[in-house]
Formats: sequence, structure tokens, C-alpha cells
Amino acid sequence: MQRIGVFVCHCGTNIAATVDVKAVAEALGHEPGVVISQDYQYMCSESGQNLVKDAIKEHNLSGIVVCSCSPRMHENTFRKAAAAAGLNPYLVEIANIREQCSWIHREIATATEKAIVLGKAAVAKVHLNAPLTAGESPVVKRALVIGGGIAGIQTALDIAEAGFDVDIVEKEPTIGGKMAQIDKTFPTLDCAACILTPKMVEAAQNEKIHIHSYSEVADVKGFVGNFTVTIRKKARFVDETKCTGCGLCTEKCPMKKVPNEFNLGLDNRTAVYIPFAQAVPKVAAIDPNYCLMLKNGKCGICSKVCSVGAIDYKQQDRLIEEKYGAIVVATGFNPIKLDRYDEFAYNTCPDVVTSLELERLMNAAGPNGGTLLRPSDKTHPHKIVFVQCVGSRCDDSKGKSYCSKICCMYTAKHAMLIREKYPDTEVYVFYIDVRAPGKNFDEFYRRAVEQYNVHYIKGMVGKVTPLSSGKIDVQASDLLSNEQLHIDADMVVLAAAIEPDKSARPLATMLTTQMDTNDFFTEAHPKLRPVESATAGIFLSGACQGPKDIPETVAQASAAAAKAIGLLCKNSITCNPCVAHSDELMCNGCSACEKVCPYGAITYQDKEFRMPDKTTAVRRVASVNPAVCQGCGACTVACPSGAMDLNGFSNSQIMAEVDAICK
Amino acid sequence: MNNYLREQVLLTSGVNVLKCMRCGKCTATCPAFDEMDYHPHQFVYMVEKGDIEALMKSGSFYKCLTCFACVERCPRDVEPAKIVEAIRLSEVRQQGKNHLVPDSIPDMLDEDLPQQAIVTAFRKYTK
Repeated sequence: MQRIGVFVCHCGTNIAATVDVKAVAEALGHEPGVVISQDYQYMCSESGQNLVKDAIKEHNLSGIVVCSCSPRMHENTFRKAAAAAGLNPYLVEIANIREQCSWIHREIATATEKAIVLGKAAVAKVHLNAPLTAGESPVVKRALVIGGGIAGIQTALDIAEAGFDVDIVEKEPTIGGKMAQIDKTFPTLDCAACILTPKMVEAAQNEKIHIHSYSEVADVKGFVGNFTVTIRKKARFVDETKCTGCGLCTEKCPMKKVPNEFNLGLDNRTAVYIPFAQAVPKVAAIDPNYCLMLKNGKCGICSKVCSVGAIDYKQQDRLIEEKYGAIVVATGFNPIKLDRYDEFAYNTCPDVVTSLELERLMNAAGPNGGTLLRPSDKTHPHKIVFVQCVGSRCDDSKGKSYCSKICCMYTAKHAMLIREKYPDTEVYVFYIDVRAPGKNFDEFYRRAVEQYNVHYIKGMVGKVTPLSSGKIDVQASDLLSNEQLHIDADMVVLAAAIEPDKSARPLATMLTTQMDTNDFFTEAHPKLRPVESATAGIFLSGACQGPKDIPETVAQASAAAAKAIGLLCKNSITCNPCVAHSDELMCNGCSACEKVCPYGAITYQDKEFRMPDKTTAVRRVASVNPAVCQGCGACTVACPSGAMDLNGFSNSQIMAEVDAICK
Repeated sequence: MNNYLREQVLLTSGVNVLKCMRCGKCTATCPAFDEMDYHPHQFVYMVEKGDIEALMKSGSFYKCLTCFACVERCPRDVEPAKIVEAIRLSEVRQQGKNHLVPDSIPDMLDEDLPQQAIVTAFRKYTK
């Protein structure tokens, strides 16, 4: 005979204000098998938990039902309490009378009625609960970091520091990401390369860190503690182990008209190239879209000049497989394409540039060697107009709904640097709001205004028209003086919104992690678990989770590393025992479950069975790998013969709940 | 604040003025700016405040070319031109507020003026 205890929580007034908790406790006390039913103000508090523990011991309970908040909130709390009192934790059931009852209903009478029904369903279910024991699975002591920008580098360095092996997969030929393209960093104006490249070198020299540059994640299998990842090492047509990065091939390559993506197409590179001087690894790569040898088999100069014989025109993409305990996503961001903003003349006028392009134009390693010149005629610009919020904070089909967060500060930085270096240049910034919340950020922006005399105008640019004189007419509003302005500018700089890298979405599918509508990865909890994804063992680092500046990115990168280290430190992790299993006698081998399983946990095997007529028959039956199964229950619904069942959520338990509700 | 007129304008225009983030791109883009006493961003803001009578009195809405540049470029999809249009309707639909009377037409006629323009003007400026 079952001996069930029912515990009804007031949750302060969260539940008690809408649900008559005393009536619920009273009603559930009359349910079959219930030997004790009581209510308490905060069941999750220590004294509340003690109430549960004491009742288990005193009444020798065989199962308990807690009527409280969502099981996502406190199921674990009460399972632990039950275990402490000697009851199997899987003999605990939660009836959610807060989120699914008190919070969504107004009338006490109906809410109470519903709470009682939910409680009855839980009592009916707990009658059929079986004690379960959680298994353990080992943790592979190696981490994977996807993306080699500042976020990925910092995460990898921190994980390596803790003594674990870590692999960085970077899709470009070098690590460094966006920060490598930036000239100076706000609000201290230190040189980005000077603080980034030592970290790149540190990552390269650390024997725990293994960099797979020019590589992509091709496939992810497995689960927390035991991921199997296939990495595609793209053919770079240069043997990484031989190339010394001397650069002779890049000097001799006759194909010199390839748009240089590192300088955002503002100048050209050769077909065989090293992205930039401080690249890590400093190994050349051949661009197959432009290489004459790879395209039509005529040239081969690089191969002739290479003294170490590193050039290999026959190289193919290579797949390698590696096991990891934890995965950190650090795929970063890109500025949006401005093709659809005709009013800013970005596509028609070379002197209208994005802010990232301006970074390159001002960078000592950029196309002009650090002298700011107009891209069209290489003259010095005397009037520059900055436009903020291009594509950010939009509610139309062209832009992004969010604030890109970094533009206000980098625009202030650009304006300040230009005024510092070229005092004869007038700088206008059109802003909607200046958003500068951060340490020393507002002071920085005020310096641009007060010390450097940057003209900040509250308003927006409506139309940019290139004139035949070479000037650019900028038509804008000045909202404070209620005027429409026409500025004859030499250059226009657009603060383009940022968006997650395009590789993020297919990656999220492979990792079975969640994304929001903007393709940013979703954190497990917006306040309390900001660097973990909802999928166990997958962590988030940097701008793949939302727009971030460098200090924030580095902070989050280290936080993600700490979480990954916490996982890698364990020798094994506890598995969820609520997994599926098949009744082999009922299984007809149809494969329906195998097809719906999102985790690849189900396989089929041929097994011998004793038939009723004493003969032996071989039948094909399903078998579930409990270490891979996540307990989603898709197979139990798909199975036509009712052979698949889920521990803790068996078909009979669900039916008992339904019956209790419909009674 | 005239709540009746405000509701009227919101209803006829179908615009949600609360979406405006006050960037001023509508006014920045407006080719009729110099002709107007009140500018597109002010139309949106004054409707939000319910200050409709001042807009109706100003006659600025007659200067709108209905080029819809503000609608095209508004980052928040507010559609200021539809507000201007709704104000115009509120004005001309009142008794005796026709902006164009048939008797004034002969003076305006010239041989380059297409007949269609007169028809359109009547649709736009009269009840």
C-alpha cells in the first residue's frame, strides 16, 4: 500500500493570494494513498524542506507530491530533500500550481479547483513512480573552442591555464578575429594589435592549445562530457608543418589583384597570401578562386620559390575527429550589409564607408599606411560626417531591432582620433541618443565634445548625394534647432549594425542549442546563467550571444572558461535516469523511433527470442543508449506498438494523470 | 490635448505613433522641409501629445508632396506621411474647409496642366 505525503506551498502570496491552499491540502488529503497533507508558507525554505524530511521519516512515506512552482525551479530542491530523508529522489512529483495556476488565473474559486485537479494528477502519477538510480558517464578532459577571435583566444588561454587541452577551430587562415582589424580601442585608446597579438602568440606557444585555422566544425555528436566533433580542415594548398611564413611566395605571386578581405576590399592582395603580418599561425594559404595554377594549371611560381617545399597544389579538405568534454561557442559578429540603404549611397560612392572600413583606412597596416585619405581620390578629407544607428534599432525589414551597443563608443573614438591627428578636419556626428554606459565611457564621449570639439548633432541623416565636384551632400535634420542641414562633406562614415556570424545558425543546429530570432545564441538564464547555453556542456563566449565590446567579451570569455573548467574538473557526471527503454517483446522493429530520435540514441539489433512454440526466432528490435538519450520522449509517441517507454514518464503514468484530471 | 481628434487621426492613418524613436530621419529626408512650419517628426510627436489643432491650423500638411520618402526611410516603420494625410483629411472634411473651389480653377489653367491634375487636386483638397 502506498503512503503518500502532499505538501502545498503558499509561495508567500504568489500562490496563496489566488489559490486557497488550505482547501487544496484538505482536498488532496482525501485522495487514495495519501496519509499526510499539509500547507506551508515557503516549502523551498530550510524549515519547509525539514517539514518534508520529517514527514517522510515519521510517516514512512513511499512517495511525495509538492504543489508549488514549476519543476524547473525547485524539483531538484525537493529531490535532494527526499534523498536526504532516505527516499529515492525520483519518487517526488511536483504539481505546478504557480506558473500554471495562480499566476495565470484571477478568480480564487476556479484557480483553487484547478490546483486541486493538478494535485490529484500528481498523486495519481506518484502511485506509479518507480525508484530510479542515476548512472554516471565519464568526462573527456579536453575542450573545443569554436572561433578564434578575442573571445575564443581568451577562453582557450584560461582553459589551458587550468591544465586542460583545448582546441581552437577558426574558419579564417589566422586567429585574431575582428579585434585584429581594429586600430585603437576605446576608452583608453591603446592600440588593438599591441594588446591582441601577444595573446595570439601566447595561444600559439601554449602547448595545451591546438589551433585548427582555416577549419570548420562539420559535425557534432554525443553529449555533455563526451562530444565527438568532426572538424573539416579546409585545403590551404600549403603544408602547415613545413611553411615558415617567410612570405617569399606572396612577393612572387603574379596574381596581385585579389580583393584583400583583411582590409575589407580597400586594397588588393596576392592569390597566395598571409592575411596580415602578425598572423597566427604564420602560414600562407592559396586562394583557389584566384590562383592561376589551381584554376588552369599554368604558373606554379610559388612552388618554385618556396625553399622548404611547402606548396601542395593537390591538397584536399581533410576531416579529423576528436572527442571533447566541453564546447565553447565564440563565433562572433559581422557588420550588416548596407546594400539596401540606398539613401546613404554606400554602394555608389567610394567615400561613404563603414566604421570598420574606417578602422582599416586609419590603421598603420591598412591600405594607406595609416594616413586617412579618401578612397576615391586619395586626398585628405576636411569634413567628415558620422551617421549612427545605421540598421540598428530598426523596426523595418532592412535593419535589426536591437541596439548594436558598440557604435556610440567607437564613433566617439573615431571622431576623437581624427580631430587629434588632423585638427583641420571638421567632424560631425549625427546621433539619436548617445549610449555610453560603461566605466569611463561617458567621460570619453564628453572628451570628444568638449576637448576635441566634435560637433554632435541630435538628428539623423536622411539622404547622402555624391556631387560632381567630388563633395558629398549630406542632408540631415538637427532636431534641437528644428532645422534641415546640408553639409558638403568629403567623407561619410556609417556605423553599421552588427549581426551574428553567418556560421552561427548551422552550428546551433549541430550543437542543438537555442538561438533568438536575431540568430544570437540564447543563454540558459538571462541573469543567473549568462555564459551557459540551455544544452549541457555548451558554453557561450563573446558577441555570439549578443553585441559586446572588447572588455565585456573578455570578461564573458573568462566566465565561459570557468564554467568549462568546472565541468572538465569532474571525472564523471551524473546522467539523467529518465531515459527511454524499449520492451523487446513488443517491439516490431519498424524504425519509427530511430527516425524521430534527435540525439541518435536508438539503434537496432538482431536478437534471438524463444517463441511460444519452443522454436527460436531472430527478430530486429530497438535498443536505447542511455548515455546518449536525453529523455525527450519523442520515441514513445512515435512507437506504434507501445514498446517504447520513458523512465519517470511512462505511458501508464501519463494515462493515470489524464484519468485523474478527467475524473 | 484634443482626444477626439487624436483618436480620429490615429484611426484614419492607421499609424502607431508610439513606435517613433525620435531619430528625425523623416525630417532629414523631407524635400518639402523649407515650405513647412511643422516638419514630419513634429507631426508624429504632436499627434502623440494630442496637439492636433495646431497642426490643422498651420496648413503645413498642404506642403507635403506625398513623396513617401519619410515612409520609405523611417527605421521604425512609423509612416509619417500617413499622419500628414490624416491631418489633411481632418481639416478638409470639416464644413466649409475646402481648400480648392471650382471658381478658382480658370485662373490656374495653362495649356501644360494635365486635366488629371485638376481631378487629383479636387480629390485631395476638397471634402
